[in-house]
Amino acid sequence: MENLNGYLIISAILFSIGTIGVLTRKNAIVIFMCVEMMLNAVNLTFVALSRHLGNLDGQVFVFFVMTVAAAEAAVGLALMIAFYNNKESIDVDDINLMKW
Amino acid sequence: MFDYVWLIPFFPLVGFLINGFFGKKIKNEAVIGAIGTLAIFSSFIVSCLILVEMIGLSPEKRVFEKVVFPWIHSGNFKADMAFLLDPLSCIMIMVVTGVGSLIHLYSIGYMHGEEGFYRFFAYLNLFCMSMLLLVLGSNMLVMFIGWEGVGLCSYLLIGYYFHKKSAGDAAKKAFVMNRVGDFGFLIGLFTLYWWLGSNHNIWTINFTEIKAASHLLPYGGVVTVATLCFFVGATGKSAQIPLFTWLPDAMEGPTPVSALIHAATMVTAGVYMIGRMSFVFIKSPETMMVVACVGAATAIFAATIGTAQNDIKRVLAYSTVSQLGFMFLAMGVGAFTAGIFHLMTHAFFKACLFLGSGSVIHAMHYALHKGHLHDDAQDMRNMGGLKKAMPITFLTFFVSTIAIAGIPGFSGFFSKDEILWMAFANPLHGNLNILLWGTGAIAACFTAFYMFRLVFMTFFGECRINSKVKDHLHESPLVITIPLMVLGFLAVFGGYIGMPKLLGMLPNYFEHWLEPVFELAGEYGATYAHHGAHPSHAVEWALMGGSVVIALIGIAIAFTMYVQNTALPKKFTDTFPTLHRAVYNKWYIDELYDYAFVNPCKALGQFLWKGFDVLVIDGIVNGVAGVVMGCSGVFRYMQSGLIHNYAWSMAFGVVVMLGYYVFK
Amino acid sequence: MSNLLSLTTFLPVLGVLLLLFIPKDSKGMLRNVAFATTVVTFLVSLPIMFGFQSNAEFQFVENVPWIAAGPFVMRYFVGIDGISLWLVMLTTFIMPIAVLSTYTAVEEKVKEYMILLLLLETGMLGAFISLDMFLFYIFWEVMLIPMYFMIGIWGGKNRIYAAVKFFIYTMVGSLLMLVALIYLYFKGLEAGFTNFGLLQFFNLQLPMSAQVWLFLAFALAFAIKVPMFPLHTWLPDAHTEAPTAGSVILAAILLKMGTYGYVRFAIPLFPEAAHTYAPLIATLAVIGIIYAALVAMVQEDVKKLVAYSSVAHLGFVMLGVFAFNVEGITGGLLQMINHGISTGALFLIVGFIYERRHTRLITDFGGLSKQMPVFATIFMIVTFSSIGLPGTNGFVGEFLVLIGAFESELRWWTIIATSGVILSAVYMLWMFQRVMFGELDNPKNQKLKDLNAREIGIMVPLIVMIFVMGIYPKPFIDKMDPAVKKLVSQVRPASMNVKKMPEAVPASPAGHTGIETPAGHPAAPAAGPHAAPAVNPHDAK
Repeated sequence: MENLNGYLIISAILFSIGTIGVLTRKNAIVIFMCVEMMLNAVNLTFVALSRHLGNLDGQVFVFFVMTVAAAEAAVGLALMIAFYNNKESIDVDDINLMKW
Repeated sequence: MFDYVWLIPFFPLVGFLINGFFGKKIKNEAVIGAIGTLAIFSSFIVSCLILVEMIGLSPEKRVFEKVVFPWIHSGNFKADMAFLLDPLSCIMIMVVTGVGSLIHLYSIGYMHGEEGFYRFFAYLNLFCMSMLLLVLGSNMLVMFIGWEGVGLCSYLLIGYYFHKKSAGDAAKKAFVMNRVGDFGFLIGLFTLYWWLGSNHNIWTINFTEIKAASHLLPYGGVVTVATLCFFVGATGKSAQIPLFTWLPDAMEGPTPVSALIHAATMVTAGVYMIGRMSFVFIKSPETMMVVACVGAATAIFAATIGTAQNDIKRVLAYSTVSQLGFMFLAMGVGAFTAGIFHLMTHAFFKACLFLGSGSVIHAMHYALHKGHLHDDAQDMRNMGGLKKAMPITFLTFFVSTIAIAGIPGFSGFFSKDEILWMAFANPLHGNLNILLWGTGAIAACFTAFYMFRLVFMTFFGECRINSKVKDHLHESPLVITIPLMVLGFLAVFGGYIGMPKLLGMLPNYFEHWLEPVFELAGEYGATYAHHGAHPSHAVEWALMGGSVVIALIGIAIAFTMYVQNTALPKKFTDTFPTLHRAVYNKWYIDELYDYAFVNPCKALGQFLWKGFDVLVIDGIVNGVAGVVMGCSGVFRYMQSGLIHNYAWSMAFGVVVMLGYYVFK
Repeated sequence: MSNLLSLTTFLPVLGVLLLLFIPKDSKGMLRNVAFATTVVTFLVSLPIMFGFQSNAEFQFVENVPWIAAGPFVMRYFVGIDGISLWLVMLTTFIMPIAVLSTYTAVEEKVKEYMILLLLLETGMLGAFISLDMFLFYIFWEVMLIPMYFMIGIWGGKNRIYAAVKFFIYTMVGSLLMLVALIYLYFKGLEAGFTNFGLLQFFNLQLPMSAQVWLFLAFALAFAIKVPMFPLHTWLPDAHTEAPTAGSVILAAILLKMGTYGYVRFAIPLFPEAAHTYAPLIATLAVIGIIYAALVAMVQEDVKKLVAYSSVAHLGFVMLGVFAFNVEGITGGLLQMINHGISTGALFLIVGFIYERRHTRLITDFGGLSKQMPVFATIFMIVTFSSIGLPGTNGFVGEFLVLIGAFESELRWWTIIATSGVILSAVYMLWMFQRVMFGELDNPKNQKLKDLNAREIGIMVPLIVMIFVMGIYPKPFIDKMDPAVKKLVSQVRPASMNVKKMPEAVPASPAGHTGIETPAGHPAAPAAGPHAAPAVNPHDAK
């Protein structure tokens, strides 16, 4: 049982670090990596609970999240390159075309 | 022959189509005129054959209906394109096709060289077709086609010189006023149809069927409502008070139009309609009284205006209004035969008068044109002494004037005297009779006065036209004078078929002829008639003499003022300037209508548009949109486009939601 | 051919596919293909008219399953009866004319324009033939979109405002209708129905309270489309801004969706509620007639004047429909077709002079008769048809509407509505006079060309229809008659039950129970021939 708590605490810490990163950093790539960290924190929770409950559904979900994360990485990086080509910056504060 | 009754309106229709579609290509005036005239003349031949055949039948068999094709059938409602032949419609088709043919012939000469000659004949044929539908229709709806159709043709023909603003205005005015009447007609039709249908399950608008069911109608009540509505229709079409102002303006049309439409035929449609539905009208004593009073009032009212006009056609126009008033007076006192009789004689002499005035205008116009003068060819103050230059026109005009003035031996006398006598002696209106008779008699006096004023100013005395062009005045060509002579002849002798019994020289053919049509109305009228003492023959003789004397007085005054002492009229107008101005300006009725109806309507329209439609409704609509826009205008600034703002607000939201669940 | 209706409806879509393969710049080709498509559609629709049997049944029915998702089951269920037959014919008849009228009027984005026109035709036809309520709703929305773009892209100066106004107005109504539709459907499911098929819902017994709300939701959606006073203000804007073909279609067909909706859905689905609200709707209709006429009178823009005259004409339609008797509804249906023809023609006429002068202000014209005699003749015929002169189509419909309404409980309304006859003459003739009569004094007007062959070709079919329907309307009435009678019978018995109770009380003194009123004429005063003629028991309340 104490095993599970450890996993959950670690994943909570990871998730918090990721969240704070997303909220405070300005570099798009860092934000992106923070998002990945949050996703992996969730993945960790899934796996831990899956093992704990003896149900494989959680592990299936992890694969699902990983797939999405991979796709996201592809699209996200492509977007960033496109953006960098235009603005010579990947600072998210410069990305505000969609306002109002 | 009766089966071919559809040919009567059909010929003019063909004429209309030919001239309307190909007239512009034909170009040759003689051909166009011949097509138009032959079309209506063929109808005249058919009408004659039908009349002859009908005379051969015994009186009770003189009703014939012919369904040509089914028109509107829906639910209870059924209206066929069907024609009704009876003694009344026979008279009407004879008048319309007969006078119509003469006027078509006349128009060939009168309209010579006008732009759109073909158009004129096409319209004239279309008019004849509509008028024939009106008088032949066996149900109210076919009558209504004709009723509106003649209004349309009147619109087209008044607006014939459409480049003149006054012509366009007059045409529109005529149509709109007629529409006001049509509104009444429709409501009357609805009321009668609905009442008979819902109470007796007789859903019909067919004249014969209504006649058969007329015993079911009550006296007064709903019949009063219906007939008053019909009468509104009649006032519109026949230019009675209060809807008479369009007719004088209608003189903007070419003169043959004035003769055919605005004197002989269309304007009598109201009289005909009352005659056609006599068995309904007579069932409402109130309506009969209204009809008689409006008729008498119009007769005298229009006659007063006629005394002060200087435009030759306007005098005749007011005279027409006044004479129509006489006809309505006759209808209102239950003297249907007399009313129709006057309708016929009036068609003869008034057509003759209008065509005669056309002949005069034609000559004046030509003369003025030759001298390059721009004087008004229709103003009687420019005329005078024309009798030498235009003997045939003068003679026919003079004869017709005598007829309208009511001098014994001429057609107008017989019919007008009959009306006045019936106004006095009818059993329907009790004490009102004296008033009706008195009004009629004074109107007759005015009639004699203004008609002779017209004759004296135009044909007698010195010629006041610019002396340079005097020699250009000449008699009109034969194509114009032949119709004049025929109509002049009828104006004299047309009355002999309806000679009063009192004179006793000839039997009153006219009355016998129409007896089957108006018999039922007579019976209904007798049920509520006042059974007072019948005036004796002596009284009748006295009144007849009286009306002759009245006419002579009118002529005498005209003679003194316009032949003997021509300074008198001036003196008169100087003495009573206000009165003269009021009469000359037609008692300011047009202005009154402008203020009472036309301007308020426009103002209301403006208000509803700018004030209500744009301000209130669109204001609300755009207001709602504005509020939404305003709110979103504030809230849209939340959409900063910065990822951090979104991320922080999301995190904040998550914290709030978690907090809610944790601390609940 | 059993699927003639579907063929007719989707032929325009086929045309759209064809258009997609034609390059943008070959404008002539695009126009011709679009025109040919509409003509073929019209030709294909002719067998529908000739094959239509004069009975009350739905014909050319096609009923195949389409979407089934749990309890939501809709089918592709189409068919026509005498009511929709003439509207389908009107649509296929007007479309070639509308397409032909754009040959010189639209020079930009021709391909898109033609595609939208054809899609619009499919949408309209689909809405007229749908017998599945959800299918109807889909087509109802489909029509909206092409029209939105037509106004918004090819419109006049203020086009965006007009397009958005048109769209939002209609959308508000149709969303309410959607809610009502779904509610109704669930009521139907409770009663054991399994799909959106319209016909079964006619037998659904709904409590009065539910009926009222449902009726109001439907009525509002349709009233906006009609449009009825006071929901009409989108119409003048949409008409003035829309390109000519858009105006023609909008006036001739789209507006009929509203009145058709009443006849097909709102009234037979909720007869009792319809009866309850008949006086209200008749009042709005009559106000619309007079109001629109007065406003039309003072318009300065010819097109706006015609737009307001549409409001007045459709007021007549509504009055006739809510008379709930054969004459009134027949008149209303005829008036729908008549309005399609004559107002469509009027918009074409306005289009002709607009193309020549690029103005529609009445004061810019005057005396055109001299310069354009053919145009003048056509204009005059159409004007008189719009006024409702006997012998033209306008009269037959208007007269039947009025006589039907007069027979029904709406007597006083009818009298006021009849005065609209006077006003229509006033505003139309005044406009005609100012445009066509008088001196030709504006130098720009002195060089105007008369109509060319194409333009005359556009007008001739309309003129012919004006006279055919005015002089011999029997075939039209005969085909719609059984369907109208059925509709009346659907509405009648219910009305008798609801209305008879209060009516019988004042009409019959004690002891007289169950006074026989002639079937089909509840307006007959039960007290017999001596009853005061003009007093209507319903008004007395």
